[in-house]
Amino acid sequence: MDLFNFKKPEHFFVTGEPMIYMADVLIVLTMLGIVFVLTYYKKWRWLWDEWLTTVDHKKIGIMYLISAVLMLFRGGVDAVLMRTQLALPNLKFLNAQHYNEIFTTHGTIMIIFMAMPFIFGLMNIAVPLQIGARDVAFPALNALSFWLFAAGALLFNISFVIGGSPDAGWTSYTPLAGNELDPGPGENYYLLGLQISGIGTLMSGINFLVTILKMRAPGMKLMKMPMFTWSTLITSIIIIFAFPVLTVALALLTMDRLFGAHFFTIAGDGMPMLWANLFWIWGHPEVYIVILPAFGIFSEVISTFARKRLFGYSAMVYSMVAISALSFVVWVHHFFTMGSGPWINSLFSITTMLISIPTGVKIFNWLFTLYKGRIRFTTPMLWTLAFIPTFLVGGITGVMLASAPADYQYHNSYFLISHFHYTLIGGTVFACFAGLIYWWPKMFGFKLNERLGKWSFWIFIIGFNLCFIPMYLIGLKGMPRRIYTYPAGLGWGTWNMIETIGAYLMGIGFAIFVYCIIYSIRHGERDTTGDPWDGRTLEWSTSSPAPEYNFARIPQVNEIDAFWYRKRNKAMKVEESKPLKPIHMPNKTGLPVILSIFMFIAGFGFVFEWHLIGIIGLLGVLGCLAWRSLHEDKGFYIPVDIIQQTEAKWKKVSARGKSITS
Amino acid sequence: MEHPNTLKKHIFGFLWSLILTFAALLITLRTNLPLGWKVTIIVTLAFFQLIIQLLYFMHLTEGDSKWIQVVNIVYGLFVAIVTVAGSIWIMLYNTMTH
Amino acid sequence: MANPSQVDTSKPLEYQSEDGKLKILGIWAFLGAEIVLFATLFATYLSLHGQTAGGPTSQDLFEVKEFMIETILLLTSSFTCGLAVMEMRKGSKKGYLCWMLVTLLLGLGFLVMEINEFATYVSEGAGLSRSAFLSAFFALVGTHGAHVTLGIGWVLLVLYQVYKQGFTPVTARKAFITGLYWHFLDVVWIFIFTAVYLLGMVS
Repeated sequence: MDLFNFKKPEHFFVTGEPMIYMADVLIVLTMLGIVFVLTYYKKWRWLWDEWLTTVDHKKIGIMYLISAVLMLFRGGVDAVLMRTQLALPNLKFLNAQHYNEIFTTHGTIMIIFMAMPFIFGLMNIAVPLQIGARDVAFPALNALSFWLFAAGALLFNISFVIGGSPDAGWTSYTPLAGNELDPGPGENYYLLGLQISGIGTLMSGINFLVTILKMRAPGMKLMKMPMFTWSTLITSIIIIFAFPVLTVALALLTMDRLFGAHFFTIAGDGMPMLWANLFWIWGHPEVYIVILPAFGIFSEVISTFARKRLFGYSAMVYSMVAISALSFVVWVHHFFTMGSGPWINSLFSITTMLISIPTGVKIFNWLFTLYKGRIRFTTPMLWTLAFIPTFLVGGITGVMLASAPADYQYHNSYFLISHFHYTLIGGTVFACFAGLIYWWPKMFGFKLNERLGKWSFWIFIIGFNLCFIPMYLIGLKGMPRRIYTYPAGLGWGTWNMIETIGAYLMGIGFAIFVYCIIYSIRHGERDTTGDPWDGRTLEWSTSSPAPEYNFARIPQVNEIDAFWYRKRNKAMKVEESKPLKPIHMPNKTGLPVILSIFMFIAGFGFVFEWHLIGIIGLLGVLGCLAWRSLHEDKGFYIPVDIIQQTEAKWKKVSARGKSITS
Repeated sequence: MEHPNTLKKHIFGFLWSLILTFAALLITLRTNLPLGWKVTIIVTLAFFQLIIQLLYFMHLTEGDSKWIQVVNIVYGLFVAIVTVAGSIWIMLYNTMTH
Repeated sequence: MANPSQVDTSKPLEYQSEDGKLKILGIWAFLGAEIVLFATLFATYLSLHGQTAGGPTSQDLFEVKEFMIETILLLTSSFTCGLAVMEMRKGSKKGYLCWMLVTLLLGLGFLVMEINEFATYVSEGAGLSRSAFLSAFFALVGTHGAHVTLGIGWVLLVLYQVYKQGFTPVTARKAFITGLYWHFLDVVWIFIFTAVYLLGMVS
C-alpha cells in the first residue's frame, strides 16, 4: 500500500455510451441551474441557515423525503430501461454490461437509497409529533444521520458518470464481486456508499429508540402509543442489531478488494459463500426494517379513514415483536440452493413459514378494523386498501418460496422477482405514497389534490399488476432473472411485452403524482385547522405545518388515539388554560454537513484506492468528532411572547378557515 | 444512590475475573478433557465473566432505564449467538458439500 | 434534546440531567450494536479458522505468555477504570484523574504488545493476505485494537475536560460513558482470549 501512489483508473469519466453523455450534460446543466437560481435570488444564506444546518426533525424529514423521491425517479428510470431492453427478444437497446450495471443500481438504490430514506423521512415527520415530544433525543445526531445518508447516496450515484457503476447485483455476491472477476472502482462504490449511509442508519436507529422510550408525553404508556410509533420502535431495534452485520460484511469485502485479504476469495482458502451468509443475516432483517413502518402507516391510515380504533391493538404489537425476533433466524432461505444440507434447509424453512403467522394476524386485524367502519375513500386509503390483497399475494408466494425443495424450482427465476416486488412495492412503496399524502398537510400546510392523486393511484396500480402478474407465470415457465436478453420462440415474448407496458404505466402514474404535487402547491386545499383528516393521534392537534417547538404545551395522554379522545371529551379547553413556559430547543449546527463532506472525501479516496485522500477524509471525521466533544450545545430558550404570537396567528387563521367552511 | 460497599464489589469482581481467566487457561492447556468439553467449559466461563463485568463494573442494572438496558443487552446477545452459532453451522457443518 | 441545565440532585451526577439519562441510554443501545458487530467478526473468524491455505496455523503463531500478559493488562485496566468512576461518584476529581491515567497506561501497554505481536506475525510471513484464517484474525483482533486506540483518544479528551471544568452533570456523564465503553472493550477481549487464543492453542 503506497500512500503517494495515485493510480489512474482506466476510465475516470465513463465514456462510450450516448445515454451517459446525455446524463453528463443534464447533470452539469442542473447543477449550473441550481447555482444560478440560488445566486440570483440570493438564497445561499437561506439554504445554509434554514436547511443545511437545521436540527429540526420536521425539516430533516422533508430533506429525507426529497432525496427519496429523487432516488425513486433514478431507480425508476433504471427499471424502465431494463423493461425496454426486455420488451422483445434479442433487443440491442442495452448491452450485457450496461444491463448488469442497471439492475445492480436499480436494486441497491430502491432498497438503500429510496425505501430507507422514505421511511426515515416519514418517521422524522410523524414520530416526535405522535408522542408529544419537541424533538428527537439527539437532534444533531439526527442531522448527521441524514447527511451521512446523503453522502453515501451521492457517492453511490456518481458512479455511473465517474469510474463506472457496480455490476454484481444488489447482493454483490462473491466471488463475482471480488477483485479477480470485477476489478475497478464500480464495486468499491457499492461498498463505500452503503457503508457510509449504513452508519447513518444505525445512528437513526439508536436515536429513535431513545426518543420513543424516553420522550413520550406524560400518560402515554407503551401500550397507548400510536401504531406507527410502535412500528418505528420495533424497526429501530432491528436496525440496531442488524446493521452492524452489514457494516462488518462491507468492511471485510472492502479489505478483500483494497488490501488483498482473503475472506471471500477462492484463493487463500477464503469462503465465497460466507459473504452470502453475512449479507443475509443483515439482509433479511432489513426487509422487515422497510416493511414494519409500512405496516404502521397502514394502521394509522385505516384507523383514521374507517373512523374506528384499530382492531386488536395488542395483537398488532405482539405480532411485530414476534416478527422482530423471527426476522433474525430465517436468513438461509435466501440461499437454499447454495448446498446447505437438509437439516439446515429444513430448519430455516420452518422459521420462515412461522413468520407468516404474525403477519397473517396483522392482515386480519386490518380487515376487522375496516369491518363496520365508516370508510372514506381518500387517496391514502386507496393505497392502503390496494395494499392488503397485493401484499397477501406477495406473502403467499413467499410461503411457496419458503419450502426449500420447491425453492430449487423457483430460485433465481422471475417468480422470485415478482414475489419480492409484490411485497416491497405492494408493502413499502404503497405505504410511502399513502404516508406521504397522509402527512403532507402536516408538513406543508396544504392537501394534495385528491383527483390527481386518484388518477396516479389507478394508473400505477394497473401498471403494477400488468407488470408483475406475468412475471409469476413467466418465472414458472423458466425465465431466469438478471439476463439481458432472450431468444425468440420460448413463449416469453408476449408476456415480456405486457410487463414492459405495465412498467411504463407505473412511470406515468409516478409522473402524474409529481404533477399532482406541483399542481397542489398552487391550488391545493389549505389546511388551516391542523387536522385535515379528522385524525386520531397527537400530530393533528398542532398547527400545519407544526411550529418549530411542535407543541406550545406538552399534551397529557389518557387513551389510545389521544387526540380523538380529547376531541370527543372537550379536553382541549382545559389544556389551553395552562400557562405557557419558555421552551428549550437545540441550536442548529453546521458540523453534520462538514463531517459528512469529510466522509464523502474519505469514501471517494478509497473508491479509487487513493489511500492518502481516504486517510485525510477519516482524519477530518475524527477532528469533527473531537470538536463536537469540546463544544457542548447548551441549546436556547424560545420566550413565552414568541410562542404566544405564533399560537395566536394559527388560531386566527384557523378561526377564519372554520368560518369559511361552515 | 451511593453504595457503601462499591469498592468491595469492585475488588470482588476483579478477583473473580482473574480466577475465571486462569481457570480457563488451565482447563485448556493442563487437562486432557475432550475438545468438546473444553470448548463448552471455557465459553461458559467467558459468559460468567461477561455477567460479572456487566453487573459489577458497568452498573447495568442502575438508573431509570435499567430494564431497557437489560433487555437491550439480552437482545444483543440473542442476535450475537444466532449469528455466531448459525454461521458456524451453515459454513462448517454443511452436510451436502462435505 | 433535553435541557442539560435542568438537574435532579438526588441522583448520581451523570444521571442528574435529562440529557445525561438520554445519552447514557443511547450509549447502551450503541453497545448493543457493538455486541453484534463483534459477533459478526467472531462468526467470520470461527468459520475461517481452519482455512490456512497451507500457511501458519493458530497453534504455530500464538504464544501463551504474550496473550496472557495482554489479557491481564486489559483486565486490570477495566478494574482501575471502575475505580476511577467510583472516585467520580465521590466527587473526587483527583482520584478520577489518577485512576484514569493508570487505566490509560495499562491500555497503552496492551496496545504496544498487540502491535508488537502483529509486527512479529507479519515479519514471519503471516500477514493479512497470507490466508483466510489470517485475514479473519487480523480483522477481529485488529478491530478490537482499533477500538482501544480510539478509546484512548476519547478518554484523553474527556480527561482534559474534567481537568478544566471539574465534575458537572455534563463532564460526569462523559466520564461515565467512556467508562462503559472501556469496560465493554475488556468484555470483548475476554471472548477474543477464549475463542481466538485459548481455542487456537488446542485446535
